[in-house]
Amino acid sequence: MKPDNRIRSWEITSERNYMNRRQFVRDAGLAAGAAFAAGGAGLVLPSRASANLADLETVQGPYSTDETPNTWEDITTYNNFYEFGTGKEDPYRNAQDFVTEPWTVKVGGECDKPGKYAYEDIAGPHTLEDRVYRHRCVEAWSMVVPWVGFPLGDLLKRFEPNSKAKYVRFKTLYDPDQMPGQRRAVLRWPYVEGLTIAEAMHPLTLMVVGVYGKELPNQNGAPLRLVIPWKYGFKGIKSIVEIEFTSRQPKTSWAVAAPREYGFYANVNPEVDHPRWSQARERRIGASVFAAKQPTLMFNGYAEQVASLYDGLDLRKNF
Amino acid sequence: MLKTLAPGTIRALKVPVFLLCLVPLAIILLETFGLAGMSLGANPVEELIHRCGKWGLKFLLITLAVTPLRGLTGWNWLIRFRRMFGLFAFFYILLHFLVYAGLDQRFDLAVILEDIAERPYITIGMAALVLLVPLAVTSTKGMMRRLGRRWKQLHRLVYPIAILGVWHFYWQVKLDTLEPIIYAAILAALLGYRLVSSRRRRAPGRPTDSRNGHDRTAHARRSL
Repeated sequence: MKPDNRIRSWEITSERNYMNRRQFVRDAGLAAGAAFAAGGAGLVLPSRASANLADLETVQGPYSTDETPNTWEDITTYNNFYEFGTGKEDPYRNAQDFVTEPWTVKVGGECDKPGKYAYEDIAGPHTLEDRVYRHRCVEAWSMVVPWVGFPLGDLLKRFEPNSKAKYVRFKTLYDPDQMPGQRRAVLRWPYVEGLTIAEAMHPLTLMVVGVYGKELPNQNGAPLRLVIPWKYGFKGIKSIVEIEFTSRQPKTSWAVAAPREYGFYANVNPEVDHPRWSQARERRIGASVFAAKQPTLMFNGYAEQVASLYDGLDLRKNF
Repeated sequence: MLKTLAPGTIRALKVPVFLLCLVPLAIILLETFGLAGMSLGANPVEELIHRCGKWGLKFLLITLAVTPLRGLTGWNWLIRFRRMFGLFAFFYILLHFLVYAGLDQRFDLAVILEDIAERPYITIGMAALVLLVPLAVTSTKGMMRRLGRRWKQLHRLVYPIAILGVWHFYWQVKLDTLEPIIYAAILAALLGYRLVSSRRRRAPGRPTDSRNGHDRTAHARRSL
């Protein structure tokens, strides 16, 4: 792909700040010692720039929010990706050497074009779009992320799903050698997620290959991950190696692990609390320590686009 | 060796031990205000709540470790530091609550009360904090004297408090319960020691106590 020379608004601020902060952190010798004293929780991270990730050629996509995106640092060091550990910074620390080339995706189930597709066959034919989406974690924090990707529906149509395809099931790579988090049975591996066919075909649903105009860092789910902005973050399955069209609702990882707490739909809904905590408000990552939480919006603010998908569905029961 | 320390030595040791107990606070403050290149990370309020809470639990466990350590080593002077550890546990747990109430919930009493009523892990955490208050208040020498035998009875509350605290930690973890289970295992060992040693003391005619230095625990009978 040709390098993209346009300057995007977010490039001017966040990424340079990121580099400066990194430099500062590296120079502060005291920091490492103090972090050690803090019991190994060390929040001082080893320096790793975004420089070795290629720029992607993109066009401006629809549906972007005009909210200020989170910094590169926040987006790439505060992640839930249990395959690389359950700590928020574990993916950043443990995914750096993860090998994503070559990458193959197995497509199967109720479709006319099953098979094994190389990453290039999956992403190659599509125009990559910049889309700035709100991201709401089930843990009641949120970010704004400038993703790069293409509509999942455009990809799925190429596999020609048949009339029995009511759902789509996705699987993450299972490779405990590379993914240290999979050596403990925290979740049932490999990670499985799923969508109804209507959700999968919705134009908001994105197959993501990058962030901030660059290739996706490993800790964010390289090389292919889903982003469904009106659902809690855990629906956005990472490092996808399998896509299957099914007639039955897939058994998704979190719903299997804790069925009382996590459902198949997992739509962002301020009125339906998690059994152990409130979902009414969220803390925006990157805000000051002294900032207030903000109210969570129905369908994470995408109600206008997606509410009709759930007409007649009891969202309390189908959480 | 180390079995007895001169009163002067103990008094002199209290200063560095006190300062050591303040180190977690110093680190937390540097991180909170972004000094010395330190930070609380991307989600500072949550990190702050977790840090303070875990240090509170750690100090509770340290406090509860004094009696077993005394029993096993014969270092009776350890008891002289127990009140300080207990008060630091209260201090960090109170800080944990204040960060939650102030920074997380903006002192919105309605929201806080709803949390206490509706979120069981907050209910038990709050119960543990409330139960700690009378222990902190009665930690002075004067109070010990005034309450006499009832002081010891009152301060046995530390056992349910520690259980509630660890349970509170376990219950709020999303899925990976390894860390609270480590706390629970340590607590179980510390409480288990007390069960075993009190049973030994109650079994008459068994020479175990005096033989391996456990007479010191007998001497400290009914202590915590």
